[in-house]
Amino acid sequence: MGTFIPNTKEEQLKMLNEIGYKDFDDLFKVIPDAAKVKGELNLPDGLSEIEVDRKVEGLAAKNVVFRSIFRGAGAYNHYVPSAVDAIANKEEFVTAYTPYQAEISQGILQSIFEYQTMIAEITGMDIANASMYDGASAAAEACWMCKDRKHSTIYVSGALDERILTVINTYSFGRGSKVVVIPAKDGVTDKDALAKALADDAEAACFLMQYPNFYGIVEDAEELCKITQDAGAKFIMYCHPLALGALKSPGEIGADIAVGEGQPLGLGLEFGGPYLGFLSTRQQYMRQIPGRLIGETVDTRGDRGFVLTIQAREQHIRREKASSNICSNEAWCALRAGIYLSTIGAEGYEKVAALCSSKAHYMADELEKIGMKKCFKGEFWNEFATTCPDADKLLAALEAKGILGGLKLCCGCCDAGCDTDCILWCCTELNSKEDIDEVIAIAKEVF
Amino acid sequence: MIDPKELKYTKDDEWVRFDGDDAYIGITDYAQSELGDLVFVNLPEVGDAVFAGEPLGDVESVKAVADVFCPVSGEVLEINEDLLDDAALINNDPYGAWFIKVGNITDQVEFLTADEYDEYRG
Amino acid sequence: MKLIFEKSIPGRGQDIFPACDVPVKLPAAPLREKKAHLPEISENEMGRHYTALAKRAHGVNDGFYPLGSCTMKHNPRINEKMASLPGFAKLHPLQPAHTVQGAHELIADLEKFLCEITGMAGVTFQPAAGAHGEFTGLLLIKAYHTDRGDTERNEIIVPDAAHGTNPASATMAGYKTIVIKSNENGTVDIDDLKAHLGPKTAGLMLTNPNTVGLFDPNIMEITKLVHEAGGLCYYDGANLNAVIGIVRPADIGFDVIHMNLHKTFSTPHGGGGPGSGPCAYKDFLAPFAPGLVCKDGENYVRAEKSIGNMTGFYGNFLVMVKAYTYLLTIGKEVYTLAQNAVLNANYMQEKLKDIYPIAFDTTCMHEFVIGLDPIYRKTHVSALDVAKALLDYGIHPPTIYFPLIVHEALMIEPTETETKETLDEAITAFREIYDRIFSAPESVQMAPQTTPVLRLDDTKAAREPHLRYTFE
Repeated sequence: MGTFIPNTKEEQLKMLNEIGYKDFDDLFKVIPDAAKVKGELNLPDGLSEIEVDRKVEGLAAKNVVFRSIFRGAGAYNHYVPSAVDAIANKEEFVTAYTPYQAEISQGILQSIFEYQTMIAEITGMDIANASMYDGASAAAEACWMCKDRKHSTIYVSGALDERILTVINTYSFGRGSKVVVIPAKDGVTDKDALAKALADDAEAACFLMQYPNFYGIVEDAEELCKITQDAGAKFIMYCHPLALGALKSPGEIGADIAVGEGQPLGLGLEFGGPYLGFLSTRQQYMRQIPGRLIGETVDTRGDRGFVLTIQAREQHIRREKASSNICSNEAWCALRAGIYLSTIGAEGYEKVAALCSSKAHYMADELEKIGMKKCFKGEFWNEFATTCPDADKLLAALEAKGILGGLKLCCGCCDAGCDTDCILWCCTELNSKEDIDEVIAIAKEVF
Repeated sequence: MIDPKELKYTKDDEWVRFDGDDAYIGITDYAQSELGDLVFVNLPEVGDAVFAGEPLGDVESVKAVADVFCPVSGEVLEINEDLLDDAALINNDPYGAWFIKVGNITDQVEFLTADEYDEYRG
Repeated sequence: MKLIFEKSIPGRGQDIFPACDVPVKLPAAPLREKKAHLPEISENEMGRHYTALAKRAHGVNDGFYPLGSCTMKHNPRINEKMASLPGFAKLHPLQPAHTVQGAHELIADLEKFLCEITGMAGVTFQPAAGAHGEFTGLLLIKAYHTDRGDTERNEIIVPDAAHGTNPASATMAGYKTIVIKSNENGTVDIDDLKAHLGPKTAGLMLTNPNTVGLFDPNIMEITKLVHEAGGLCYYDGANLNAVIGIVRPADIGFDVIHMNLHKTFSTPHGGGGPGSGPCAYKDFLAPFAPGLVCKDGENYVRAEKSIGNMTGFYGNFLVMVKAYTYLLTIGKEVYTLAQNAVLNANYMQEKLKDIYPIAFDTTCMHEFVIGLDPIYRKTHVSALDVAKALLDYGIHPPTIYFPLIVHEALMIEPTETETKETLDEAITAFREIYDRIFSAPESVQMAPQTTPVLRLDDTKAAREPHLRYTFE
């Protein structure tokens, strides 16, 4: 039906004849007949815009949009300021390609340069790249950055989100590197086990921890950093970008690389993507960074301008010797993150971190009052795990009221030794006291 | 630029200056002018083994990267750290800007004299 | 123009967050001491800043964008509207399966469409971009050989004309890249291929049509040879729009393919991403597929010998919504996309070939390559100069200096959504530039003159890297 092809059949035929072809069959005779599809593909008839709209809206309507969300575990329901959509949806941003031609791409290049600066600032690191696919793949690439001829083993915390671990393992299957999980104890990395493992392995490349970790706990990153670097390995922190509005930054802690999921910075939940991997590091590792980098320079008049730079690291030049194969990244999501951080500003950045923390602590206290105790004693920011007599029953009761409750943790995935179900709860600035009280009231009714 | 007579050359556009039993290695004027403005070099580490005919590292221009082949086998005794800070030195003075100094030499490729090299690249 | 940080005034800002309605409490953990420098700016000033940036960008909606290999075609508005529906955009990826049935249906339908288009048996949507899809496909190949105990196969064959991502992906998958030569027609040199096939061959990666825009006439022999050597065939689908609906990769012997939803299936490039690089495979590779699949509407399951996950959740879902919307619109007439893409490319090639040297002068597919080398040798006007000169005509330049097998390459892909008038205007611009190369070469070497900045110093940027703004 609709094809978005502007030329009419008559125009096409005229063009064909003009360049010496009888018709399309004549043009396509460069393809051997044996290779061609016989007949038509088994696809539906094309539809008009109104029909398409109706069909796709129908599918969207089959999904449940929760009015109140207490689930995080890697995807967070933060507020997206109106300006983010309004600005990012400008068509010049949406329909542009990678800014290879700098003279007509200054808008894209400058926006990414500003994004790189903001990511470096919030993580407290020297420099950041132009973005990665998502947090998990950024983590896998960060581990690879640490690998050299003498160091190849990747160590990760057992309190790391299993989804991230899976991606690291998958990437490592390709590259043939060993991944060792340091077990968690009481919901945090077992420091002694880490120290011992690193001491026994001269080939340790890095240790990656999550901050706050999968169970929401703010681990003793300074100590973990010291243990790791004393053993000659590099320390990677996988961070929630908004937690850094309150918590000591990776730069202050002394980390070598900070990565994380940038989705909380102005992106919706989006059923898992597109999200935004961020990656920042120290100046000395600049040439090991995977992916695009934007740098400042001048034009022939001496005016400031921006270009893609240090490209000889990348696949289009270094080919099989490139540090990564990444080329398309998540530039438009990085643009959104830049607009988000500009909108909330320095003050808002601290405010939102405090709001998330405060709501979560209030909720944890209220749940505790009705007998749902915290699984771990560690300090937390906006996520925490509690016991629950019957998680399925509670989550179903919440769902009936349009509330997405916390994530039920699979049995035995935390080592708290709970004899009941456990739920990982998450609060953001969008969860009002009233919303939290409603969850508590429903829980009281259920149990 | 005139290729210095006292150096030996390779068909891969490297030069070698023997200093007693050791050798300094760099790239020729022809190589640097073909590559254009160099922005970075990757060098081996002191103590690394290098092998005649195999890459010792590479040089980067803005839009290309090229391997630098080692004309001798041996051990890296020294690297020219100045190049790591300023690759332009190679463009400005290709025969002064040595990359590495190799000792304990056990093997070498076939060399060209300056005249032979000039003719080869002439 | 100023950076947003240079417009920041302490104390300014925007009120987004409410006062805290519960007691304020931060974790009793080490807290941040050094404040992050973030802009302090009013909404009005911020809006103008980004509007000024938008005016300094060039998208498909700004003008012709014949960037070879990138398929910069029209991005339909309806796609964007559908992807922004709350029923998709507000779904948590860990919602119970029964609350996301519409999303699952969409994914399943899109998988069906892509299977029909490629001839493959299954699709994983986990890869977030084309290169990520290549990596995924190679891991499937690796898992397959490993599973059979065929562990000696450590080589991936890649033609010299391939995108740089192919060898880079091979390295990521732990493979050694074996480069084979192109023949004088710009396609695979069969003898060189045969010489490199053997017990170490894990597979071949082939872009088809290839990067010089040609359909390899020996394609079926090539895949047969690779299979006979025990390798698998990987189809780089970057150029799928040239043959969509006309050739199905599975039918011509390929085992696994990635597609770029942001090229062939009209989703926007967003200044460099997000894309989506779904990877389709034949039946025998299905046990190794990554990610979780919801088959029964209730439970998410992992394939029996899954390689794991490529991204945290299900890949770039909203990009999938856009591609699905597009395919609903086009339907079974997908072949018309290929027709017009190939027609437009040949039309431009034919109208330029009397003056510009065409690298391989034959019927091309959706793109063609000019090799400017003979002109460069005469005039010192380079492919880069011609590209920059086009900027002054409001045209985005073609891809330059790629593929590597053509010196001074300009790779032109008009795409199927351009009109004859647009092509004619571009042809006129190319011809004018050609005249200027001989009459006033310095005017081409000095271009552009009308852009917000003139030619930028790439060498300085790389020699003295400034990758961020430095605060005083």
